[in-house]
Amino acid sequence: MKIMAVCGSGLGSSFMVELNIKKVLKKINKEADVSHADLASATPDAADLFIMTKDLAASSGIPEDKLIVLNNIIDISDLETKLVAYFDNH
Amino acid sequence: MLQEIIKFIVDILKVPAVLVGLIAMVGLIAQRKPLADTIKGTIKTILGFLVLGGGAGVVVSSITPLGDMFEEAFQLQGIIPNNEAIVSMALNEYGTATALIMAFGMVANIVFARFTRLKYIFLTGHHTFYMACMIGIILTVAGFSGWQLIFTGALTLGLVMALFPAIAQPQMRKIIGSDDVAFGHFGTLGYVLSGWIGGLVGKNSPSTEQMNLPKNLSFLRDSSISISLTMMIIYLILAIFAGPNYVENYLSSGNNYLVYAIIQAITFAAGVFIILQGVRLILSEIVPAFTGFSEKLVPNAKPALDCPVVFPYAPNAVLVGFLFSFVGGLVGLFVLGKLNSVLILPGVVPHFFCGATAGVFGNAMGGRRGAMFGAFANGLLITFLPVLLLPVLGSLGFTNTTFSDTDFCGVGIILGNMARFFNKEIIMAIMVGIFALLVIYNYAVKPKNLANKEDDK
Repeated sequence: MKIMAVCGSGLGSSFMVELNIKKVLKKINKEADVSHADLASATPDAADLFIMTKDLAASSGIPEDKLIVLNNIIDISDLETKLVAYFDNH
Repeated sequence: MLQEIIKFIVDILKVPAVLVGLIAMVGLIAQRKPLADTIKGTIKTILGFLVLGGGAGVVVSSITPLGDMFEEAFQLQGIIPNNEAIVSMALNEYGTATALIMAFGMVANIVFARFTRLKYIFLTGHHTFYMACMIGIILTVAGFSGWQLIFTGALTLGLVMALFPAIAQPQMRKIIGSDDVAFGHFGTLGYVLSGWIGGLVGKNSPSTEQMNLPKNLSFLRDSSISISLTMMIIYLILAIFAGPNYVENYLSSGNNYLVYAIIQAITFAAGVFIILQGVRLILSEIVPAFTGFSEKLVPNAKPALDCPVVFPYAPNAVLVGFLFSFVGGLVGLFVLGKLNSVLILPGVVPHFFCGATAGVFGNAMGGRRGAMFGAFANGLLITFLPVLLLPVLGSLGFTNTTFSDTDFCGVGIILGNMARFFNKEIIMAIMVGIFALLVIYNYAVKPKNLANKEDDK
């Protein structure tokens, strides 16, 4: 299972999202390989699940079933809710 | 035998790639990571540094002809500010200084957050890395070396990592409506200027978010695409002005001059792409370690995060800010041309990230008008500041690229000019003095009762 956090240049904010994903995974006892990247590197086959903010989701070209869209980069509880929902459905 | 051991250790410390690997390794061991993870993380970091060096070669190969065409067309030096390009070139000579200043600078950031009122931990790792490099260059050019270079550099880096988020915080509170996170991106001077101007001009101006703007510029978010596009425009204009004869005879070895221009432009983007991969690998172990230590040691400090943290609060201001900052860059370029000075071309990345953020700050303080005027001022600032930075960069002032964001230029200009008037010992004393004053202020002056201020234990 691969999870990829994405932001415009793949440096700062996607890295913070990656660290948050790792925190949440630890909390809900799931294992995954988490990384972060820029938009150009985020091709649909690069990971099983992509996490990004609303403003990037439209132009990312990632199919909806592999995508979690965050309203706010820093909101870790929103991330947790959406990740738990994803794992419940897959 | 002892001689040989010492030589071996010195040789290790002379190779910056190994040095950053060691820094990552210390972080991993301190976090008590399993052996496999430690080995993996250390090698990944060294790999990142070497990948970055490879990207530097690609960027240099594409930016050298740009300078030649500029000379031929306008008889002036033309510069495209790009942090990745300048840092990758600087690391050949300043790699060791950069790595050590970065490592100890992060320690200094934690010390500042722990013992002074500047309770901010700067988490935008790539900017920490670039700032370490910039400080390393300026201090070396100013005559610093050895432990004095690392000590003064790290103290300066730690100070700016804690200080700039503090400067942005009052406006940051206004944007996100809470005091939990801070803003960490070294374009702060431009954002605060934008917010300040917004407050001056934006009386009763409605928010940008009540405008209906086209959403189709979001592809510019993809930095490799936006770099390619703007560099294509710039290279094509230069190739046309330099003329097909010059380009085909001296640069492209006979290839069509327009084809050559397009390939060189995308080669530049490719170089930046490689450099960023390297930067990601370098930071992938160091930043989590830094985050972990700072959470343990200064639990009440606020994390300072990268630009996109404020974008969702005002998506329209992002677009308005980019456009008006870019216009500011073009106006600034025109003024520089009139002054016959070095020309600073508007790079799309600084204008997109810094301009967009300036738009958000301007909008928060002064609505639509604030976003427009504030971002325009930011555009002028990131055009003129790099000109003032060039003289203090030594030989790196002649490479057709330079640092792009305001705080790199600001810190560089202040440090570089301090070095003209004071000797090394006085500069060191000034930095230590600033630290001491901040500590004394923290313990001697009672904090004003802020609603959400945690007690200092």
